[in-house]
Amino acid sequence: MKGKNSAGFFALVISIIAIPFIITNDYYIGVLVFAAFNCLACIGLCLLMGYAGQISIGHGAFVAIGAYTSGILTSKLAWSPWLAMLCGVLIVIVVAFSLGIPALRLKGHYLAMATLGFASIVHIVAVAAVDLTGGPSGIVNIPRLDLFGYVLNSDTQYYYFSWSVVALAVFIAFNLVNSRVGRGLQAIHGSEDAASSLGINITSYKVQIFILSAVFSSISGSLYAYYMNYIDPGPFGVMHSVLLVTMVAVGGLHNIWGALIGAIALSLLPEFLSFLSDYLQVLGIHYQPDYDTLVYGSILLIIMLFLPEGIFDGLASTLRGSKSFYGKLAGRRTGRVQ
Amino acid sequence: MSNSILELQLLRKNFGGVVAVSDLSLDIEKGSITSLIGPNGAGKTTIFNLVTGFLHPSSGHIRFAGRVLNKIKPHTIAAIGIGRTFQNVQIFPKMSVIENIMVGRHLRSRAGIFYSSILPPFLRNEEKLIRAAAEKQLTFLELEQYAHVPAGGLPLGNQRMLEIARALAIEPKLLLLDEPASGLNARETIAMGELIEKIKQMNITVLLVEHDMELVMDISDHVAVINFGRLIAEGSPAEIQENDDVIAAYLGE
Repeated sequence: MKGKNSAGFFALVISIIAIPFIITNDYYIGVLVFAAFNCLACIGLCLLMGYAGQISIGHGAFVAIGAYTSGILTSKLAWSPWLAMLCGVLIVIVVAFSLGIPALRLKGHYLAMATLGFASIVHIVAVAAVDLTGGPSGIVNIPRLDLFGYVLNSDTQYYYFSWSVVALAVFIAFNLVNSRVGRGLQAIHGSEDAASSLGINITSYKVQIFILSAVFSSISGSLYAYYMNYIDPGPFGVMHSVLLVTMVAVGGLHNIWGALIGAIALSLLPEFLSFLSDYLQVLGIHYQPDYDTLVYGSILLIIMLFLPEGIFDGLASTLRGSKSFYGKLAGRRTGRVQ
Repeated sequence: MSNSILELQLLRKNFGGVVAVSDLSLDIEKGSITSLIGPNGAGKTTIFNLVTGFLHPSSGHIRFAGRVLNKIKPHTIAAIGIGRTFQNVQIFPKMSVIENIMVGRHLRSRAGIFYSSILPPFLRNEEKLIRAAAEKQLTFLELEQYAHVPAGGLPLGNQRMLEIARALAIEPKLLLLDEPASGLNARETIAMGELIEKIKQMNITVLLVEHDMELVMDISDHVAVINFGRLIAEGSPAEIQENDDVIAAYLGE
């Protein structure tokens, strides 16, 4: 990690530790736990989309595979949650590999099409394979996660655990970005021809990063299952995959911090909207939860129009802009020519 | 000829019914600067793409240091020791200048995705070696002051220099330069010529496609003239300048 990123990482760790002391309401801590799951999936997706330039509209499917593998193995076969999570990761590696090899050998956005199709298949299987997945009624009795024999019972404990995983993911992502592999990925994004002329095996790198990002999603799904103790196909539709892409795009594709901010912002948005609807109710406006989709759409539209680099880079450049503005002012005052 | 590093033998490339390169044979002498010249559309860039694996020949052979390159992929060809630049500059615009060159050290380093993920860069010794090697190229091409500038913001002349620095970072035995002086002003063109001669002194064979005849005649040891995918003449710059076929090709008969 470089200087600025180390500072950012430090700030992240401090905030993770401090927030439960400020927010003591279990409900809001629970909301933040969900935000952590989304962050985890989005960090992986950001590596794939922002750095390697490949679009996946199917990462919700990998979240689902992680969640269902964990759910089925622990509740029906009484596996250890950790072993079940590992098994989910292995399945996702195999699936992502077989999906990535044909789709990523081609130039262009074939991966987006392949993953979109895959996401709907996984959702259909989750609904229809009743014997395996419990169908629409889902799987119950998924155990809580234990840490060295110590079961994570309270929301706060789970909060600390899941955000530690996010911090680890951020650490991994930054190491990767500032490495030989990360530069290779950015090179592929910049120019595939130039990258291969320098000896970078493009297909292999794309497949590797696709697998890694899928693994992040799978772990996120497993952690979700252990937190909820119950899963059903509802949250694993194609729209969830689209939402993950939206989070990364809103926050900023080219920056891990952007993905984190996007994931947190859009995870908290429904809470904010329900909060808002209470006030609108007073004013006689009946806000329906169905309108959420409209709000998401509008946000994506506005971001793409006015901050195409995402919230993070958009704000950063605005900040730089104001800095140079003040710099100019200061320069004028002291008589220096800028 | 044992002294040639690259041999093209009856090389042919068809795009549908169009013959871009037609039974062309050419030997590139080791340690030389060889220029490919010819009118636009003569097939020069196609030859570059064939040699570097971006295209595969319809028939004929490409031999590099004794090895046949016909069906090999671009990244493997880079590993065998052929570097290249592109006619329309292909730098990585969002990466800084030094990072662009560091990508060129890809083949000279090994860290995989797992090792790269778990250790921060300052704990990885290889990362230091990559940076040091990149800084060496940066100094060689006098681009130090731009080290941390996004490459996309450089003027074209410096972008071409950067592309060469990046290609040199892979430590190639053969370097293919596709119109390195196009878009450069007179002063930059002279600097480019000096740079190419310096590269030759580093024991790197240079194959050059260039339209700036003054530059070509100035630095080349050997010139090959191509028209409609065929070799119409080859020889020393002086011989080429007096060749009637060449004059006809350039003046349109």
